[in-house]
Amino acid sequence: MTHVLKIENLHVSVGDKPILRGVNLTINHGETHALMGPNGSGKSTLGLAVMGHPGYEITEGTITLDGEDVLAMAPDERARAGIFMAFQRPMAIPGVKMADFLRHATTNVRRPDRKEGEELIPMREFRKELKEKMEHLRMDSEFARRYVNDGFSGGEMKRAEILQLAMLQPKFAILDETDSGLDADAVRLASESIADIGHQKMGLLIITHHDKLLEHNPPEFTHVMLGGRLVETGGPELAEELHRHGYDRIRKAYPDAAAANEEMLGEETEEALA
Amino acid sequence: MSTDAPAKPELGEINKYNFRTETTGVFKAEKGLSRDTVNQISDIKNEPDWMREFRLRSLEIFESKPTPTWGGAIDLDFQDIYYYLKPTSGQGRTWEDVPQEIKDTFDKLGIPEAEKKFLAGVKAQFESEVVYGSLEEDLAKKGVIFTDTDTAVREHPELLREYFGKIIPPEDNKFAALNSAVWSGGSFIYIPKGVSIDFPLQAYFRINAESMGQFERTLILVDEGANVHYVEGCTAPMYSTESLHSAVVEVVVKRNARCRYTTIQNWANNIYNLVTKRAYAYGDATMEWVDGNLGSKLTMKYPAVHMMEPGARGEILSIAFSSAGQHQDAGAKLVHEAPHTTGQIVSKSISKNGGRSSYRGLVSVMPGAHHSKNSVVCDALILDSESRSDTYPYIEVAEQDVQIGHEASVSRIGEEQMFYLLSRGLTEQEASTMIVNGFIEPLVKELPMEYAIEMNRLIQLQMEGSVG
Repeated sequence: MTHVLKIENLHVSVGDKPILRGVNLTINHGETHALMGPNGSGKSTLGLAVMGHPGYEITEGTITLDGEDVLAMAPDERARAGIFMAFQRPMAIPGVKMADFLRHATTNVRRPDRKEGEELIPMREFRKELKEKMEHLRMDSEFARRYVNDGFSGGEMKRAEILQLAMLQPKFAILDETDSGLDADAVRLASESIADIGHQKMGLLIITHHDKLLEHNPPEFTHVMLGGRLVETGGPELAEELHRHGYDRIRKAYPDAAAANEEMLGEETEEALA
Repeated sequence: MSTDAPAKPELGEINKYNFRTETTGVFKAEKGLSRDTVNQISDIKNEPDWMREFRLRSLEIFESKPTPTWGGAIDLDFQDIYYYLKPTSGQGRTWEDVPQEIKDTFDKLGIPEAEKKFLAGVKAQFESEVVYGSLEEDLAKKGVIFTDTDTAVREHPELLREYFGKIIPPEDNKFAALNSAVWSGGSFIYIPKGVSIDFPLQAYFRINAESMGQFERTLILVDEGANVHYVEGCTAPMYSTESLHSAVVEVVVKRNARCRYTTIQNWANNIYNLVTKRAYAYGDATMEWVDGNLGSKLTMKYPAVHMMEPGARGEILSIAFSSAGQHQDAGAKLVHEAPHTTGQIVSKSISKNGGRSSYRGLVSVMPGAHHSKNSVVCDALILDSESRSDTYPYIEVAEQDVQIGHEASVSRIGEEQMFYLLSRGLTEQEASTMIVNGFIEPLVKELPMEYAIEMNRLIQLQMEGSVG
């Protein structure tokens, strides 16, 4: 059976402010979708809403995974059902070692019915797998003993997110600007790693401003988000066009969405300045 | 030290560990406190006159002092407490001689299997007297003394008369006076000059009789250039009436010596845990207290280091975890009595389900203690809106040329941290336990591995049911 993640007419608000205004998106297992759009258009919001962030209220619409109601699941249940998000700014958890955190996470995701307190994946087996995956990603073994994202550079954080993707092997992964803050070499490495781990092996939704991350992950579909809606969908050529020429054509073609986007961005800026 | 095999305990003697049945041969003092009780304790222990007089003088001091009104609320009827229980007529010397019941208790306490290798070095206080204790042979060869304090009074009177009650005299505070009057059990350790013990010496004990006070008394002497790590840990089963634990721990660390004293305590919710701990550190000596306090109704405990000579160093790492109905008033005291001394306090507290944690600390730089350095860091983690955390830092500085630092922070588990862990498949409880364990990691990593594992397990137990 092919797994399907289906988002229909999704409306999401943060506080009282509507951000997403009717998003429709179907991702089949094995497909790669690029999600592009100007700042403030709602790309991260879509990811966070799918993952179940408590600050993002679903006011209308549905999300299903193989027909199961994702909105009825808590975030940890979504993870165990096979949904993953690589965060743009992952949180530091001081005092918690990467290896301990990953062993818990990997056990829970692989054994969704595990009860709290039940055995974790045997240490030896886990360490072996982690070591292999880290070597593959060209990560220093010392990394496993560091505290989760604590004092990590931007690049290290993104690598750590990719390592989690590799360990958790989700059915669907949303990668939120996994290229931001990386230099050209690091982006290439990230692109290769993602292709290696996930391309055609899971459903990928890659949120990006550039085409470099897509170099090794040619998307079957490129979606453009503006003002909280997916206004256009195309193939890999659309990603290339947007990367080269920006969003002017899109803004002109969808003036209402562009206006909504401006409004959202304005509020965001006000908040940032407040 | 005698190597004679002790009499094997007979089956009937096992009942002696069940204190709610009065068995012949088990002495249980009457409830309440008087000269008669104190004399009776001294009689049973067949103590020398100097100790009897010390006890009686301490009783007078106890009676003359008011119950402290600062710290936490103490609601105790001193006449409704047993001050002495003698669990067994003799002491076990080898593991085989230790009755199965006590072994089972050890299992329940979760004494790690790995520690059994070192059982020769384990002292376990069961009720108010050490019932099992044996000294590893090579320790004895090095001249190390590790025994219960009662035995030490008989066998090492010269050391006891010189140091017992000198670091913490009964005049110090009401509960030190109470302990001095009715103390029983505890450990006495002497590490000779230049001797370094490379594994932790440890003691396990627990309280399990209703309304019973436990007043162990520990004295540790670390001679010049010697090194020891002493570990005590204990858990207590739940009882319905008030119970009192009031220990006194005195430590002397001589020139160039080093002592670390690690405690993990997890008391039942009805226990008052009022403990006085103090160390004197001499020239270039280091004293470290690592103190973990879980459970109890009220804990008041402020391990202290007095830095007596130049180069002395005092470090105190403390952690408090308080839940519903619990108040941890814990902290530290560092007294710079000499120039060029260094002190450091790191305190971590966690409050949940309406628990209250207070950090109460004193840093004192005495006249003449110039060029002293001191740093205090206290971090509090509050898990919900019903819980509370307070900080009471006292700093007294009598010199100009000193470095004093104080940092304090209060935090809550962030929604974003929680969400991050949940998004990786951890349940809310696993996630919050992980965040709390991370918070105390700086302390836990200082513990011997087996204790670190146990500490994490205790935190996990404390966290159970703490989430929606």
